[in-house]
Amino acid sequence: MTFSTDAQASVIAILPEILMVVLAVAVLVLDVFWRVRERVEIGYVAGFGLLGIAALVWLIGTPQQSGELSDQLVLGGMIRHDDLAQIFRVMVIVAGGLSCLITMGMDRLRVRGDFYALVIISVIGASLTAAASDLIMIFLALETLSITLYLLAGYLRNDDKSTEAGLKYFMFGAFASAFTLYGLSLVYGFTGETNIYRLGRVVSTGGLNDPAVVIALGLVMVGFAFKISAVPFHFWTPDVYEGAPTPITALLSTASKAASLGLLLRFLLAVFPPPDLLPAALDGVKDYSVLWVELAAVLAVVSMSLGNVLALVQTNIKRLLAYSTIAHAGYVLVGVAAISTDKSGDGAAAVAFYMFMYVLTNILAFAVVILFADATGSNEIRDLAGLSRRSPWLALAMTLALLSLAGIPPAAGFVGKFLLFRAAIDSGLVWLALVGMINVIIGLYYYLVIVKVMYMDLPQDEAPIPVSLAHVWALSISSAGVVLFGTVLVSPLLDWATDAAHALYVML
Amino acid sequence: MGDISLVTVVFMLPLAGLLALLILGRSEQHYRWGALATSLVTLGASLLLVKNFDTSVSGLQMVHKVNWISADTFTIRYYVGVDGISIWLIVLTAFIMPLAILSSFTSIKDRVRLYFMFMLLMEWAMLGVFVAQDLFLFYIFWEVTLVPMYFLIGIWGAEQRIYAAVKFFLYTMAGSLLMLLAILWLGNEAHTFSVPEILAQMESGELSFSTSTERWLFLAFAIAFAIKVPMWPLHSWLPDAHVQAPTAGSVILAGVLLKMGTYGFVRFNLPLFPEASKTFAPYIAVLAVIGIIYGAWVSYGQKDVKKLVAYSSISHLGFVMLGIFALNPAGIQGGILQMVNHGISTGGLFLVVGMLYERRHTKLMSAFGGIWQAMPLYSGMALVIVLSSMGLPGLNGFVGEFTILLGAAGSDFINWWFTPLAALGVILAAIYMLYMFNTVFMGALDKEENKHLPDLRWQELWVLIPILVAVFLIGLQAGFFFKYMDGTVKALVDHVSVMASGR
Repeated sequence: MTFSTDAQASVIAILPEILMVVLAVAVLVLDVFWRVRERVEIGYVAGFGLLGIAALVWLIGTPQQSGELSDQLVLGGMIRHDDLAQIFRVMVIVAGGLSCLITMGMDRLRVRGDFYALVIISVIGASLTAAASDLIMIFLALETLSITLYLLAGYLRNDDKSTEAGLKYFMFGAFASAFTLYGLSLVYGFTGETNIYRLGRVVSTGGLNDPAVVIALGLVMVGFAFKISAVPFHFWTPDVYEGAPTPITALLSTASKAASLGLLLRFLLAVFPPPDLLPAALDGVKDYSVLWVELAAVLAVVSMSLGNVLALVQTNIKRLLAYSTIAHAGYVLVGVAAISTDKSGDGAAAVAFYMFMYVLTNILAFAVVILFADATGSNEIRDLAGLSRRSPWLALAMTLALLSLAGIPPAAGFVGKFLLFRAAIDSGLVWLALVGMINVIIGLYYYLVIVKVMYMDLPQDEAPIPVSLAHVWALSISSAGVVLFGTVLVSPLLDWATDAAHALYVML
Repeated sequence: MGDISLVTVVFMLPLAGLLALLILGRSEQHYRWGALATSLVTLGASLLLVKNFDTSVSGLQMVHKVNWISADTFTIRYYVGVDGISIWLIVLTAFIMPLAILSSFTSIKDRVRLYFMFMLLMEWAMLGVFVAQDLFLFYIFWEVTLVPMYFLIGIWGAEQRIYAAVKFFLYTMAGSLLMLLAILWLGNEAHTFSVPEILAQMESGELSFSTSTERWLFLAFAIAFAIKVPMWPLHSWLPDAHVQAPTAGSVILAGVLLKMGTYGFVRFNLPLFPEASKTFAPYIAVLAVIGIIYGAWVSYGQKDVKKLVAYSSISHLGFVMLGIFALNPAGIQGGILQMVNHGISTGGLFLVVGMLYERRHTKLMSAFGGIWQAMPLYSGMALVIVLSSMGLPGLNGFVGEFTILLGAAGSDFINWWFTPLAALGVILAAIYMLYMFNTVFMGALDKEENKHLPDLRWQELWVLIPILVAVFLIGLQAGFFFKYMDGTVKALVDHVSVMASGR
């Protein structure tokens, strides 16, 4: 297999990252030269800069000339420029941009140019993660994403909880990275290949003996499960989500997760492909896809169930959303489990669609949480009481986010769950869809409790919650997305997600 | 792409009104009158639907069909239309809503804007349920109805409102998810979610299920609908929701929401799973008859008027279910007409109870007595509605129940002794209804608080008059209403018997 050597194609493939580097530098420079009075607007530069880059990524799309793998693998096979990379890149960059905008609601962080620069760098990591197709690149991208997030989680040095969050995330993260790295090194050691598509060919023709496959797959999955906070590697999630500055919690639960899922899809299908995807001429093909399908199904069941059940007893909104995140990792893994047996790509498309709506929904929820916490100094659910009387629009936005998370139409979350469970049933995993449905009911309860508190309890304080202009932007963009992608814009997004899924099946 | 049909106009009107109010509404008064005007315009448009309805067509009419989501493996459409099954339910919804809205003018004082927004959202979603012909679209509206009702009960309800609201939401949603699973399965097999297309595939033999699959699918749909109806023993959410809901909420619940369940059986279970429908018909008939007797029995024991009316719904809807699963034209037509009747009569009863509650702030029967002397006009109108609910000949309830019993007696699937048992329900209804009327309205006006209760205000009169008109209209001109159902119901029965015997 050859890689594309077209210099122009290579530049275009990493143009988003190049632009983001420029943006990060620009933010740092402005941070130095702008006076404090001007610096309060620095978040707009970072936020709208990122949103603009996301729009650009969407406009660029993928090279039209061919869907050939050799044309899409650029920079020595480090990066694959395909629809899967593009859709996940848009997700993470949008998540980064909206996180920057909602940061502007926090007075302590609003003027910190370095904070925004770190956010942009972590988005660069996430964006590269979504496109990486080489073991080296995978590790580098994941670490760029993680290390900046460790820093950001502990950014509020005077806040004990934030410091604790940073340290905890770092310890667990380093641990998980070590597992992943060990798994990757095993694969490389046995095969001598680093490009995942070449690896896939070697692995499925018996280049790796069975125990090595099991161990390598297991080790790598530990790292992924950690990143998407799937049970049993979820322990860090509630503490880090609670302690980290809320915009970073939003970023963690969206960009970091989306990027890792994009990579997970690509990695599993490329390195351990189902035999039908390989050229028929190959002899002695081994099918390891069953392994990860079962693994994903098991992780899905435990993550959904545990996340939802533990969320029931939470009293802090950030911790509740943390457990809900764990549950949502489970839902998405249903889609992962549904992909391999299904050449139509419905499972992968469902995962991409689901993550897209999840990014918007979660940012929407956290945007409200930030405003509320900033005004009242509390993250307790009971203090949300009467929010609908204080700030009807904020309550409506939060309700929309919660309905979307619960999977109630007409919010996008419903379509997401519909597609996931449909893919599962199509792949013969009816039992998994049933477990998912039961979990939806459990989840519904705690989301409804928050709605109840906001609308049916009486407020202690009648004063409306102040909303900054940047927040209005973030809230409008994300809530428009949640409504539109659940109703009139389902088809365009699903088409794109399906294209992305089909790219997964373009193999050697 | 289809042309925009009248059906789309009818059911999008409440949403349009809602958006207009959001943009233009400046005061609470705007919201009150805006909501009323929107619902009246919707009612007018739904009557146009009746006017343009061609009774010689048995299939869907005024169809509006646009591709919404087309993936490689399945298609989801915006697909709406009307036929003999849904036409009167659409009119019923459009008829009940202005009454519910008007009756809330004085009783809702807190958060008025939010309230009327939810009312319009509710109307939109309910109409959506009755016009949707695509399973995906149907399911969306089916779920959306839960949201405004959750808020209506939870914000404006009585003391136990939050418990009732959450129970209502979770109970119904739990059933719905099983249906969603079945919908997904069906859509995957047929590669489309549009019901008419699925039916066409079944008739051409392209799509068929094994007997056991069909039964599972039937049950998954049936449980969702049975919870909504509600059929005994899945009824326990209903008394809570009804009693705690504000008056208009109860009116909508009894008037329209419960019909979504029985409508679902007719629209989906019978045509999609004909063989299973026949297999399960006797069992459902048993549950229906138990529901009739049980509902009546429990109603009799109530001390609270609203609870009494709530339990009577279980009894009345047992009749509807019995009619539907008689699986013959008389039974099904009677069932559909009885859905409408129950919406009018029980909706009316809840309005009557609400008016009393607004004056005395209690619903206990023992707090009343001799109300007729204090409020003669009100009591006279209440009497007509009570009589209509218990099925007095000449009023609407009688026609529906009589036709259902006729259908059940002539059914091949229901044992003959179910008919007399169900008829017993009519007698029981007379007992508990008259007992209630006797306790509340008759006797001596001995309680001091009741002596100076004001009679109906104009606004309340305008709420009750349309109900009385409908009661007499259906009671005396039932043929007019049946005429619209004839074609569709006959085609449905033929479809069921052909499909079920074809294997």
